[in-house]
Amino acid sequence: MYTEKVMDHFQHPRNVGEIENASGVGTVGNARCGDIMRIYLDIDENQIIRDVKFKTFGCGAAVATSSMATELVKGKSVQEAMAVTNKAVMEALDGLPPVKVHCSLLAEEAIHAALWDYAEKNGIKIEGLDQKPKSDIHEDEDEEY
Amino acid sequence: MERFVYLDNAATTRTAPEVVEAMLPYFTEKYGNPSSIYEFASGNKDVITSQRETIAEVIGANGNEIYFTAGGSESDNWAIKAAAEAYAGKGKHIITTKIEHHAVLHTCEYLEKQGYEVTYLDVDQDGIVKLDDLKAAIRPSTILISIMFANNEIGSVQPIREIGAIAHENGILFHTDAVQAFGQIPIQVDDCHIDMLSASGHKLNGPKGIGFLYIRKGVKIRSFIHGGAQERKRRAGTENVPGIVGLGTAARRAALSMDERAAKEIKLRDHLIERVLNEIPFSRLNGHREKRLPNNANFSFQFVEGESMLIMLDMKGICASSGSACTSGSLDPSHVLLAIGLPHEIAHGSLRLTLSEETSMEDIDYVVDSLREIVERLRNMSPLYEDFIRKNSNK
Repeated sequence: MYTEKVMDHFQHPRNVGEIENASGVGTVGNARCGDIMRIYLDIDENQIIRDVKFKTFGCGAAVATSSMATELVKGKSVQEAMAVTNKAVMEALDGLPPVKVHCSLLAEEAIHAALWDYAEKNGIKIEGLDQKPKSDIHEDEDEEY
Repeated sequence: MERFVYLDNAATTRTAPEVVEAMLPYFTEKYGNPSSIYEFASGNKDVITSQRETIAEVIGANGNEIYFTAGGSESDNWAIKAAAEAYAGKGKHIITTKIEHHAVLHTCEYLEKQGYEVTYLDVDQDGIVKLDDLKAAIRPSTILISIMFANNEIGSVQPIREIGAIAHENGILFHTDAVQAFGQIPIQVDDCHIDMLSASGHKLNGPKGIGFLYIRKGVKIRSFIHGGAQERKRRAGTENVPGIVGLGTAARRAALSMDERAAKEIKLRDHLIERVLNEIPFSRLNGHREKRLPNNANFSFQFVEGESMLIMLDMKGICASSGSACTSGSLDPSHVLLAIGLPHEIAHGSLRLTLSEETSMEDIDYVVDSLREIVERLRNMSPLYEDFIRKNSNK
């Protein structure tokens, strides 16, 4: 069902963890649908992503897309990270089954949500990030059921 | 990893070698059409009759009340659609439950579109139908009650005798989907007032693609497949002779070994349940503790998702299944887990392990050891677990 790359990232996910006092944190998805991704970014004064970590609750594709997304943004500038689309994540994984494409969208949104948080904290605007990513979950929001 | 542990026997089972052996001559040697008149083929008519009787005996029925089908789904479709059609003059109301197999649920939904009314009964937190709810749902226009013998996901065994008595007292036809129960636990159709019963061969070490529908003598439902005169003109099509022989052989085998097998499976199952609940925190057993199939265990592990668990188990050579959305092909987790009141996120983290006569204590211990490690690993990458730990350390 999954490509070798997806399986590799699922079995050996890169950058799992948390960052204390992160520059930006974004959590997207919801437990009802069975996918939640959280991305932590550590961004330096030159707007370079120094470090990135993730935590994901979800299927194999959800874990693999989060892992790949963190790899794709690590060491990049904020603007370069904005250019990491779900398509780029999918391509880097040699594709996903059609029913799992939403996982790659979630990974893109998770990055955007973390960047949004960073921009808000620092009172800056990131080009291309005009509104809060729609599936962003606020930290202390009550769960839905 | 060299080890292979198959714990998905509710999905399908290994065809028993003696079943295959009994079937083989009917492919290459005794391949005649049972409807043909010459001697070469006529023996096949007799063999079908004797298999029918063998199966009938297992459930306390008569041979001429057993109709061979292509499997459980066909049997369910036939029983429900044909009964609905045959009794439409009396009324158009059907009662079933929220935890049925999709072969029943989707058939009922289809009938709703044809103008029938269907009541889907709730179940209690253990997945058992509430008899008072059933009684309250009965109307003068109720023509059919269809309630499964045992649930395929959480293994809960329904109070079939009581349900049958209620149906009988009210003069309502009673169908039961016994696909998971037939060959696993005792079934007597008269004792339980069962009018129709669906079963499938491949759940009891028989072949795939063969099943049967028991139809009590006098129940006036019509043909589902039109054509030749096979199956007393009620189910046309040249008989699947090797399949029928396989099903009959498997049924006899299952009936003979039932007590011993169930005792062994219950011992292993209880060991599995005990170890999981004791050793893996934030886990729960889904379904009734005792009123469940001997070979079924179904758990939920909070903060982890089912498909991830399945892939990791697969990497350790363990075959299992889950009720998570990702394995159901929709956004919602299993309707059965939702019906017993589990929140979505707990239902996403479910795992079904179904044993067989071949399962050993070593297998169970290996699975629990693997599972403990997998759940821990997945929790360490779960944002839900992170939030939970954070919340609790703040208190």
